[in-house]
Amino acid sequence: MTANPEATTAEPASKVAIPEHLGGGAGDIPSFECTFQIARFLPEQDSEPHFEEYKVTMYGTDRVLDALHKIKWEIDGSLSFRRSCAHGVCGSDAVRINGRNRLACKTLLKDLDTDKPIVVEAIKGLPLEKDLIVDMEPFFQSYREIMPFLITSGPEPTRERLQSAEDRERFDDTTKCILCAACTSSCPVFWTDGQYFGPAAIVNAHRFIFDSRDDGGDLRLDVLNDKEGVWRCRTTFNCTEACPRGIQVTQAITEVRQAILQRAF
Amino acid sequence: MQVHDYDVVIVGAGGAGMRAAIESGQRARTAVLTKLYPTRSHTGAAQGGMCAALANVEEDNWEWHTFDTVKGGDYLVDQDAAEVMAKEAIDAVLDLEKMGLPFNRTPEGKIDQRRFGGHTRDHGKAAVRRACYAADRTGHMILQTLYQNCVKHGVEFFNEYYVLDLIMTDVDGVRRPAGVVSYELATGEIQIFRAKSVVFATGGFGKIFKTTSNAHTLTGDGVAVTYRNGLPLEDMEFFQFHPTGLAGLGILLSEAARGEGGVLRNSEGERFMERYAPTIKDLAPRDIVARSMANEVREGRGCGPNKDYVLLDLTHLEPAHIDAKLPDITEFARTYLGVEPYTEPVPVFPTAHYAMGGIPTNIKAEVLANNTDVVPGLYAAGECACVSVHGSNRLGTNSLLDINVFGKRAGIAAAEYAKTAQMPELPEAPEARVVEMIETMRSAAGTETIGAIRKDLQDTMDANVQVFRTDETLRKALDDIAALRERYRNIGIHDRGKRYNLDLLEAVELGFLLEIAEVVTVAAIHRKESRGGHFREDFPNRDDEHFMHHTMTYLDPTSEAEGIAGMRLETKPVVITRYQPMERKY
Ligand SMILES: Cc1cc2nc3c(=O)[nH]c(=O)nc-3n(C[C@H](O)[C@H](O)[C@H](O)COP(=O)(O)OP(=O)(O)OC[C@H]3O[C@@H](n4cnc5c(N)ncnc54)[C@H](O)[C@@H]3O)c2cc1C
Ligand code: SF4
Ligand code: FES
Repeated sequence: MTANPEATTAEPASKVAIPEHLGGGAGDIPSFECTFQIARFLPEQDSEPHFEEYKVTMYGTDRVLDALHKIKWEIDGSLSFRRSCAHGVCGSDAVRINGRNRLACKTLLKDLDTDKPIVVEAIKGLPLEKDLIVDMEPFFQSYREIMPFLITSGPEPTRERLQSAEDRERFDDTTKCILCAACTSSCPVFWTDGQYFGPAAIVNAHRFIFDSRDDGGDLRLDVLNDKEGVWRCRTTFNCTEACPRGIQVTQAITEVRQAILQRAF
Repeated sequence: MQVHDYDVVIVGAGGAGMRAAIESGQRARTAVLTKLYPTRSHTGAAQGGMCAALANVEEDNWEWHTFDTVKGGDYLVDQDAAEVMAKEAIDAVLDLEKMGLPFNRTPEGKIDQRRFGGHTRDHGKAAVRRACYAADRTGHMILQTLYQNCVKHGVEFFNEYYVLDLIMTDVDGVRRPAGVVSYELATGEIQIFRAKSVVFATGGFGKIFKTTSNAHTLTGDGVAVTYRNGLPLEDMEFFQFHPTGLAGLGILLSEAARGEGGVLRNSEGERFMERYAPTIKDLAPRDIVARSMANEVREGRGCGPNKDYVLLDLTHLEPAHIDAKLPDITEFARTYLGVEPYTEPVPVFPTAHYAMGGIPTNIKAEVLANNTDVVPGLYAAGECACVSVHGSNRLGTNSLLDINVFGKRAGIAAAEYAKTAQMPELPEAPEARVVEMIETMRSAAGTETIGAIRKDLQDTMDANVQVFRTDETLRKALDDIAALRERYRNIGIHDRGKRYNLDLLEAVELGFLLEIAEVVTVAAIHRKESRGGHFREDFPNRDDEHFMHHTMTYLDPTSEAEGIAGMRLETKPVVITRYQPMERKY
C-alpha cells in the first residue's frame, strides 16, 4: 500500500495487438442440468427443516445465487433467502454450500461438482428463521460489544490525523470485513457456545486495536480477555477458510492474543 | 396497529441515511428504518473514491471543483448547490477521517488523492488528483465507518423494516408529513412511525434496467412512494451508464482503473478514446466514454464472439501497482469472467449505474412540493434526491460526496425542524392503502409471475431507453410498460405466509419499478435534445434555447403528458450563478 503517485506507468500505446480469442469466435457458453437440495423451513408450518430437490438448467458462469433466483422466480416463490449486491460486497448471502460456508453470489457453479446434487443450507449457530434466513441479531450484538469505532483522546485536530502508509497497512486486512458471519457460523466453538464473541467480532476489534490513531485498545483487550473472548479459539482455521474476503482471520485472533499477553497487567 | 412516535424518522441506512442519523440522533429522538441491515446498503459497493479539493498532492481549490461539476453535468447543474457541495467537501472528508475512515495515505501521512474522470485543474487544463480513497473499496469503508459511528452514538435502527407509504396531512392548509407506514419483514406486521420530520435516503433505482451495477434491492422505493403522494420527481430522464461494467454481468469496474492508467481498446487494439476526447481521453466524463464505447460496437469494432463489448486494458501497469490500488475489481474480473487482468484485457460494456434525477430538494435538503414551495418537515438526501448537483451527468466520486454533504445537512435540518414543530395528528386510517395493497398481493393468484414481468421490463429498458434513444424507441418502451402494468394486475405469488415473505415484497418492489420506468421514459420523450447522460439520436445536439431547464413530473389524474394519462410535466429553471453555459469539450 505504498502511496507513491510516481508509480503509474508511462503513457500506454495508442495501438496494441489483441489476443486472438478476444477478437471473436470464443463460442457459446454450454448449459447443463443441475440438481439442488435445499434445506427448507417454513416457520408457520414446519417444526424441523427438511430438504427439497430442484432441477434447473444453468450455465457454468452462473453463481449459486443465480440458481437460487431461478428456483424462486420460476419454480417456488416461497423459497426465502437474503441477498442484495450479488457480487460479494454486502455480506447478505452467507450460506452452507456442500457443507462449507460461502457467499452464494461468489460461488460459481463451474467450481462445484455439478454431477452431484448441490446442497444448500442456512449457516449454523444462529437461530433459524425461515429457509436460508437466520436471525443476525446475536451476531451484531457481539460486534457492538467490542466497541467497533475509533476511540481517541486529546483535542480534535483541525486537519486529518496523520498516519504513515506503513501504519495504515498494519490493519488493512481486517478492514475488508463485510460482516457476513461466514466465519463465526463455521466455528465449532461458537456452535456449542453461543456466548463466544466469535471470529468476526475479534476481526473487527483487531481493525481498531492495530490502528495507530486509536486509543481504545486497552478497553477492547479487556473485553476480549473475558472467558468468552479470544482464549476460546481452538485455531481450527474454519473461519479463515470460510472468509469470502480472504481475511487471515486466525492470524488476526492470534495477534489480538499476543497483544493481550504483551500488555502489562 | 402499533404506532411509534419519534421526532425524526430516517428512511434508509446507506451513506446518506446514516450520515443524517449521526447528526439527527445527537439532537432529536431519531429512528432509522431500513429494509436492509445497514451494512448491506449499496453504498458499500462504491469503489473509486470521494472527491474534495484538499490539495494534499497538488494545487486544487473548491472553485475548480465547482466548475468541473457544472461542466460535467452539461450545465444542468444548479450552481448554488454545486458550490455548497464543493466547499463542504473538504470538511466532509475530514469528518470521515476523524470518525476513523482508513484512507490511503501520502508519504507524509496525509490523505492520498488520485485522478478521476472530469476532475481537472484550473477549468479543464489537465486532470487533477482530487479523489480521496481507500484502495478500491472507498464505499465499503464509508459505510462501515458511518455504521460504526451510529453504534457509537447509539442510533436506533429498525432493520428489515420496509417503508411502503408516506403519511401526509394538512396543517393549516399546508401539506406536511406525519410519518411513514412500514412493513416488518420478520413478522409481516404493518406499523406506523409518526414523526415531526421524515428524511428519505432510499438510494437509486438501477433495477429498472437489466445490465446494471446496482443491487437487486435498488428498486426506487422512496422515489416511487413520494411520487405516489403527488409530489414531483425531477430530471428523471437522466440516468448514468457507467462505461466499465463487466461484459454481460454489469458488475462495476471502477473508473479508478482508468484513473490509475488503464485504457479502453477496440477489437483492433486501438485506444479509441484518443479520437473522441483528444485531451483527457479515457478520463472524459462517463456519458461521453459510454457513448464512444457503444459507438465502437455499433460500427463493428466490438470484441468477443458477438462483437458486443470492448476491452479495458491494464496489462501495461505493474502487477504490484494493480494489487495496491485495484485489488477488489481485478478480483471481480478473475472470479466472474475468469480473466487475469495482469496479462489479459478485461471485457467491458456500459452498465446502468446512477440516477441523476429523483426527489427534488433545495440546498437545505428540504423536499420541494413544486418549483417554489417546500414541504415543511420532509427531507431527502443521497441518490434518491435531486438537489441538483449532478445535472445531466454525475462526475465520478461526486456521489459519495453528495451523500455525506447533503446527508449531514438533512440530518441537522430535520432535527432542528423537529425542535420547534408540533407532533402532527395522524389522519384517519393512514395505513389503509398499504394494508389493502399487501392483502391483495398476499392472496394474488393470477397467472403472471414477478420474474417474467420484471425481466420484460428490464429488457425493454435496456433495448430502448439506454445509451442511445429516439422518439421511436422511447414510445416502444412506453407501450411495453403499459402492457406490463396490465399484466402486473394479474400477478400471482406463491408465499402466503407472514414471516419473511420476500415473494410479496418483490411484487411490491416491482410495482415501484414499473412506476419509475414510466416516469423515466416520459421525461426522456419530453426532452428533445441531447445533454449529458440523455442522448437522443433524433436530436443529437444540446438545445439551450428550449431545454435549459429541469423537468418536473407529477402524478396527476386530471392531466396527461406525452400521451400518457395521469401524468403532468412541468419545467423548472436551472440556477446559474458563475458559469454561463458553454460547449462541453474535453
Ligand atoms: C458499484 C458502484 C460503485 C460506485 N462507486 C462510486 C464511487 O467510487 N464514488 C462515488 O462517488 N459514487 C460511487 N457510486 C455511487 C454511490 O455509491 C451511490 O450513489 C451512493 O452510495 C448512494 O447512497 P445512498 O445512501 O443514497 O443509497 P444506498 O447506499 O443505496 O442506501 C439505500 C438505503 O435505503 C434503504 N431502503 C431502500 N428502500 C427502502 C424502503 N422501502 N424502506 C426502508 N429502507 C429502504 C436500504 O435498506 C438502504 O439502507 C457507485 C455506485 C455503485 C453501484
Ligand atoms: S471476517 Fe470474513 S467471514 Fe468473517 S464476517 Fe468478516 S468478511 Fe465475513
Ligand atoms: S449478495 Fe451481497 S455478498 Fe452476496
